[in-house]
Amino acid sequence: MSRLTQTFAVALFNLRSLPERKAAAFTAAIGIAGVVGVLVGVLAIAEGFRRAMTVSGAPDVAVVLRSGADSEMTSGLDRDATRTIGDAPGVARNAGGPLTSAELFVIINLPKRSTGTDANVPLRGVGQGAFQVRGNIQIVAGRRFETGRNEVIVGAGAARAFAGLDVGKQIKVGQNLWDVVGVFTANGGLAESEIWADAAVLQPAYHRNDTFQAVYVRLTSAAAFQEFKDNLTTNPKLNVRVVRLSDFYAEQSTAVTKFITTIGVFIASLMALGALFGALNTMYSAVAGRTREIATLRALGFGSGPVVVSVLVESVLLSVLGGVIGAAAAYFLFDGYRTSTINWQTFSQVTFAFRVAPGLLGRAICFATGIGLVGGLLPAIRAARLPIATGLRES
Amino acid sequence: MKFFPLVWAGLKRKKLRTVLTFLSIFVAFLLFAFLGAIKEALGGGVSMAGLDRLIVRHKVSLIQTLPESYKARIQGVAGVAAVSHQTWFGGIYQDPKNFFPNMPVEPELFLAMFPEFLVKDAEKQAWLNTRTGAIVGRTTADRFEWKIGDRIPLQAPIWGPPAGQTQWEFEIVGIYDGAKKGTDTSQFFFRYDYFEEARQREKGQVGWYTVRIANPDQAAAVAAKIDEEFANSPYETKTEPEGAFAQGFAQQIGDIASIVMAVVGAVFFTILLVAGNTMAQSVRERTEELGVLKALGFSNFLVLVLVLLESCSIAILGGCGGLGTAWLVISSGNPVPGLLPVFYLPADSLVAGVLLAVALGLVAGVLPAWQAMRLRIAEALRRGG
Repeated sequence: MSRLTQTFAVALFNLRSLPERKAAAFTAAIGIAGVVGVLVGVLAIAEGFRRAMTVSGAPDVAVVLRSGADSEMTSGLDRDATRTIGDAPGVARNAGGPLTSAELFVIINLPKRSTGTDANVPLRGVGQGAFQVRGNIQIVAGRRFETGRNEVIVGAGAARAFAGLDVGKQIKVGQNLWDVVGVFTANGGLAESEIWADAAVLQPAYHRNDTFQAVYVRLTSAAAFQEFKDNLTTNPKLNVRVVRLSDFYAEQSTAVTKFITTIGVFIASLMALGALFGALNTMYSAVAGRTREIATLRALGFGSGPVVVSVLVESVLLSVLGGVIGAAAAYFLFDGYRTSTINWQTFSQVTFAFRVAPGLLGRAICFATGIGLVGGLLPAIRAARLPIATGLRES
Repeated sequence: MKFFPLVWAGLKRKKLRTVLTFLSIFVAFLLFAFLGAIKEALGGGVSMAGLDRLIVRHKVSLIQTLPESYKARIQGVAGVAAVSHQTWFGGIYQDPKNFFPNMPVEPELFLAMFPEFLVKDAEKQAWLNTRTGAIVGRTTADRFEWKIGDRIPLQAPIWGPPAGQTQWEFEIVGIYDGAKKGTDTSQFFFRYDYFEEARQREKGQVGWYTVRIANPDQAAAVAAKIDEEFANSPYETKTEPEGAFAQGFAQQIGDIASIVMAVVGAVFFTILLVAGNTMAQSVRERTEELGVLKALGFSNFLVLVLVLLESCSIAILGGCGGLGTAWLVISSGNPVPGLLPVFYLPADSLVAGVLLAVALGLVAGVLPAWQAMRLRIAEALRRGG
C-alpha cells in the first residue's frame, strides 16, 4: 500500500471508531465552541462599533476644527473663520454658494429606552448645507426641520435607543422645547446616533454667541483635499486643523475599538489556553483508549506517519466542528444585535449593531483549527512512538 | 491525614491527565479573577462613592458649566455641610493617548471633601503655597515617572492657552495615594484660583459641585431642595447622590459590558464542565481499584470521602493557583492605566472564586463518589475482567 492510501485508510478507520468515544469528543468540541463563540462575539462588538463610526466617512468631505482639538467637543471657530473656510479652493459649490456646514456639537441627557437611565446624546446644530455636504442623509419619517424654528430631526439609531424621540413628540432641553419632526438615516453611519437642529436656533439656546465648533466641507473631489488643507493651514488669520471625514471618524473610534479588541483578545487567548488543555486531555485519552488498536495496526505494517496523521485528523475535525458550532451560535445570537455605548472621545453615545462579518467567521474557524492541530500533535506523536509489543499487551 | 498517600497515588495514576486538568482549571480561574477586576473597573467606582456626598451638575448635561456663584447659594441650603467644585480641564500631556483626568479645584475644600485622597501634610502645605502647583495620583505619577518638583506642560484645547503663554504648565508639589484599594489615583488636580485668573474663556464658570450633607438619610430631600433653589434659572441643576451619579456614568457603557461578562461567564462554566467531566471519568475508570479497597475493609463512607478528596484537591489546587496568580499579576500594576483608571481584584471576587473551586470539586466528585460508595465489591472486582 502506498503511504497515501495507508494514511487515508487509518484516518478513516479512526473516524469510524469516533462514535464509541462520543462523550469525550463532544466535550472537547464544546470547549472549543465556547472559545470561538466568545472570540467572534467580542470582535463582532468591536467591528460593529468601528463600522458605525466609519462607514459614512467619505474621502471627499473634510472637517475643519480649531487646531489642537481632538474632537468637536474641544473645538471652537468664529463666524469669520467659517466664511474664510467656505472661500478656500477645493470647496464644491452650487448656485447657493459653497457646500459647507458650520456646526455646533453639544450633549444633552436623555433616558435610554432599555434602562431608563440618563445617557449623553449628541445634539448637532447644522447649517443649510449639511444635507448636501453629507450626501447620505435620507428622511425616513416626517420631514426636515425648518430653519429658524425649534425643530429637530433624529437619527434612526437615536430614535430607537433613547426615550421621547418619536415624530410628533417634544423634547425639553434646558428652557427650550423642541418638536421632533422627522427621523433620518445616514447609511448606517455615525449621524444616525445624533439629533440635528438648525445651528442658528441652537446657538442662542446654548449661549454660544456666534461661534461654531466645526465646519464640514464637501470638496470638489477627494484629490482636492491637499490643496484645501494647505490653503487653510498656511492662512495666518486661521488657526485650524483640517482632516478628511474618513480619517476623523477613524481617529474617534480608535480608543473604544482598541479597548474592546484588547480585552476580547486577552480573554479569548486565555480561554484558548483552557480549551487547548481540554483538547489535549481528550486526545491523550483517545490515544490511550486505542493503544491496542494502534499497536495492532503498527504490527500489521502501517507506518508511524499515517498513525500521526490519523490522530491529527480526528483532533482537527473535532475542533473545526466545535469552531463551526461556536461561530454559528455567535452569528445567530449577536449579528445585528442593536445597542449603544459611550464613546469617551466624544463623550457621547453611539448606537450601533453587532456585526459578525464573514471574514471574522473564517478567522475564528482557522483559530479553532490551530487549537486542534496543537492539541492533537503531542498525543499523535505519543501514539506513533508506542512500542508495539507493550501496546499489544495493554488491556 | 494518613490517607493522603492514597489520594496522592490516585492523582499520580495518570499524571498527564491530572496535570492537564489542573491547568485547565487554573486557566479558568485566572480568567475568572481578571473578569472580576475588569468588572470592578468598569463599574466606575460605584462602590467607592461616599454616602454623604451629592453631585450637582447642569441639568442639560455634564458638559454645560455652572456659575461659581452657586457655591454660596448651595452652602446656604439647609442640610448642606460643605461644598466644593471641579471643572473638566481636558488637558493633554504630549499626546491625546496619554489621557488622564485633570481638573482645577480649591485645594482645602477639595481635600476636606475627599478624605480618600491621602496627601502628606508637607505636600499639602506646598500646594497651598504654590499657585501653579498640582497634585497627582500615584497611578499617573508612576505611569509617566513624574517626581515632586517636575514641571508638567499641558495643552488644553477646551480652554486655550493661559493668558500670555503658549501652554499651561504645572509644578508637581505632591503625589497622593488612595485610602482604599479601589480609590482612583489617576487624576491630576491643580488650583482653581490660578485657573480662573489665567483662563480666557467662560470665566466664573465651574463644571460641577460636590456637596457633603449633614445627614445621609436626607440625601433625596436635600438634593430636591438644591434643584428647587435653581429652578427656572438659566442654569438649572440636577442633583443626585454620588453613587447614583457614578452608576449612571457606568451605565452609559450600556449592555455591551454585561453581554461580554455573560458570554465569558458561560465559557468559564464550559471549561469547568470539561474539566469536571475528565475528573469524573478518571474515577469511573478505577471502579476495580475501589472494589479492592472495599474488599480490604474500607467503609463505604471512607471511599466516598477519598474520592471527593481527590476531586476537591485538584479543583482547589487549580482554582487557588489561578486566583493567586491573577492576584499577583493584578497587584503588580495596571497594564492599561489609560483605559481603566482603577484595576484591582475585589475581595468578594476572590472569595467567590474559592467557593466556586470547592463547589467544582464537590460537583465533579459527588456522582462517581456516590457510585463508588454504592458499589458492590463482587461486581466491582468482576468489572475489571
